[in-house]
Amino acid sequence: MEAPSQSTNDVAIEVEGISKRFGALLAVDNVSFEVQTGAIFGLLGPNGAGKSTLIRMLTTLVPPTSGTAVVAGHDIIRDPNAVRESIGVIPQNMTSDPELTCAENIGIHARLYGITGARRRQRTAELLEAVGLADRANALASTLSGGMRRRLEIARGMVHDPQILFLDEPTTGLDPASRISVWEMITHLRVQQGRTLFLTTHYMDEADRLCDRLAIVDKGRIVALDSPVALKSSVPGASRIELQFEPDLPHGAADLEALPAVKSVRALGSATYRISSDRGPASAQELLELARQHKLELKSLSVQSTSLDDVFLHYTGHGLAEGAEGAVTAGPAKKGGPR
Amino acid sequence: MMRAFALVERDMRKFRRSPALLFASLVMPLLQLIILGNAFGGNIKNVILGVVNLDRGPQSVDVLERVRAVGANARTFLPTDYDDQGAAIADLRKGVLGGVLIIPLHYSRDMLEQHQPHLALITDNTDRSVAGAVGAQMADLVASINAPHVAPREAPQAALDVVEVYPYIDYMKYLLPGSVALAIFMTAMIGGGLLFIDDKSRGLHEGYMVTPITKWELILGFNLSGVIKAMLAGETILVLGAVVAGVPNFFQPARLLELTLMVALTSVALIGMMFFIMARISDPLVPRAIFGVLNTLLFFPSGAIYPIAGFPRWLRWLSAADPFTYAVHGLRTLLLKDVGITAITGDIFALVLTSALVLAGATLLFRRTL
Repeated sequence: MEAPSQSTNDVAIEVEGISKRFGALLAVDNVSFEVQTGAIFGLLGPNGAGKSTLIRMLTTLVPPTSGTAVVAGHDIIRDPNAVRESIGVIPQNMTSDPELTCAENIGIHARLYGITGARRRQRTAELLEAVGLADRANALASTLSGGMRRRLEIARGMVHDPQILFLDEPTTGLDPASRISVWEMITHLRVQQGRTLFLTTHYMDEADRLCDRLAIVDKGRIVALDSPVALKSSVPGASRIELQFEPDLPHGAADLEALPAVKSVRALGSATYRISSDRGPASAQELLELARQHKLELKSLSVQSTSLDDVFLHYTGHGLAEGAEGAVTAGPAKKGGPR
Repeated sequence: MMRAFALVERDMRKFRRSPALLFASLVMPLLQLIILGNAFGGNIKNVILGVVNLDRGPQSVDVLERVRAVGANARTFLPTDYDDQGAAIADLRKGVLGGVLIIPLHYSRDMLEQHQPHLALITDNTDRSVAGAVGAQMADLVASINAPHVAPREAPQAALDVVEVYPYIDYMKYLLPGSVALAIFMTAMIGGGLLFIDDKSRGLHEGYMVTPITKWELILGFNLSGVIKAMLAGETILVLGAVVAGVPNFFQPARLLELTLMVALTSVALIGMMFFIMARISDPLVPRAIFGVLNTLLFFPSGAIYPIAGFPRWLRWLSAADPFTYAVHGLRTLLLKDVGITAITGDIFALVLTSALVLAGATLLFRRTL
């Protein structure tokens, strides 16, 4: 293992063979990865894939069964309090107190980090301003909308200005407008001071929009890890092109199959074809060239590039919605195993 | 250490905003104090006593006059004449009468011949309190019949004079220490146990556990805020109850200080006990389910409403293990006897020992992880 002083320079989180077992269920299965400082790292997977368990281990809420991780230069098992000092956590469940006001929620959280007196008041005001809740400072948290409540949670997690921020499904259950406002806030957080963000999500669009690097998690294991762009380009034949010629090609589908980037062609009738290709834009170029050669008119052309859904399907063999079988998340200890 | 005060601040802010908790903790002990305090311990009055005079001689008239004197003055029973013994007993069985006095045939003759005449009192022993009161009153009455008309200058028999060292103690005063302990228990249950489990299940604890607050600070914070709330409830009932029940010389500073110490020790012991019980529980139904069980197990064996001396042996063992017993005894000693702190060192020791044991147990059980 690297010495903590070395890893803090560029590696914010280093996970080594971490596992978590709840009774007979292996919720997280020997997972290893690194997160670079300043990156937005995402865990994408269906409910029950083990995302929350993993984030709860990294934030010292649940001890791992085996393996360990170094977060902000501190081992989560040997020095959990140093980890807690360095991270901010926005858990999946709302953990702000509904019977306290926004300002009180932030102020009490500040006190939990040892921030008191004038600095506490100043920090509370700053954060309320930053998350757009300054005018709701004295409103009870129970009166806030879902999106506002989530922004309050984010403000709370930021109270001690942490190097690393963990967000567990930050937009689950929010309406589209609130999701966008939370996304903007997350992007904004990263821009400031090169903070590292670690988030989990089961939304493809969220992962695609926010993350620099993305780990696809299924049944407790990481099945793929790269940037969203690289992940998408790693899926063969995932770009789909539909086009119609006027008049039809001289040799029909055979003319298209001869093109280098094209993997397969399906004739849909009336000079319309569906092509799957490894490289969507390059194939489109070749098709335009083909039409010019044969002096044909292209009546329609649509390129559908690879989505993370395709990536997910490719790596796990099932869609996001189907992955919840054998679902496990770490919860408060209950008799009879995990919930 | 300072981080623990974040939890105290949270609870105090919520407490100030919504004093419903204090109210809920006070209603039951206050009602109990007022209703039980007035329902129990009063003198039994107006029991209807059927009188069947089978004798009709001069000595039976003496008995009847004495019975009517009780009916007119102490009013423990109100005599009603019956001619037929069977009808009187039938009415006793039906609950119309609380007792039947039978003056037998030849009572006057036996009396004059000094032939040990017997009066018969038939009581409804399904109600021991009524039967006991009527029996005691009749025993006094018979003793007065037997008393010589001219008292000898030297009493030939030993006599017992009972001297009460404290002013008259009515049942409400007797009940007050139990009500104070009950108010503390209610707060420990609602503001301690219930709130703790509800916060846990609502995920609020998760929010604390991701911060650098230590296990010790969490335990201190939870218990300290609970103790403050329990003390507020206990002190409120103490002052209200002392005024309602009319405890003499209640507002002496030294006495108030001693009482406050007892309230504080009781609060620490009961809040600590609640925290110990709840340390590993996460289902919000559990504290609700055990609420009544705990109340019965702690309150009734404590001597709060009936003296422990009247308990069977096994129940006295339960009383000895019940921290309520020491709270009630200590508070009762300070409230009714006003003898100072030295009289309750045993109670103080028991409560401190209980607190140490439950807090040590809670610390062992409490986990700083989900």
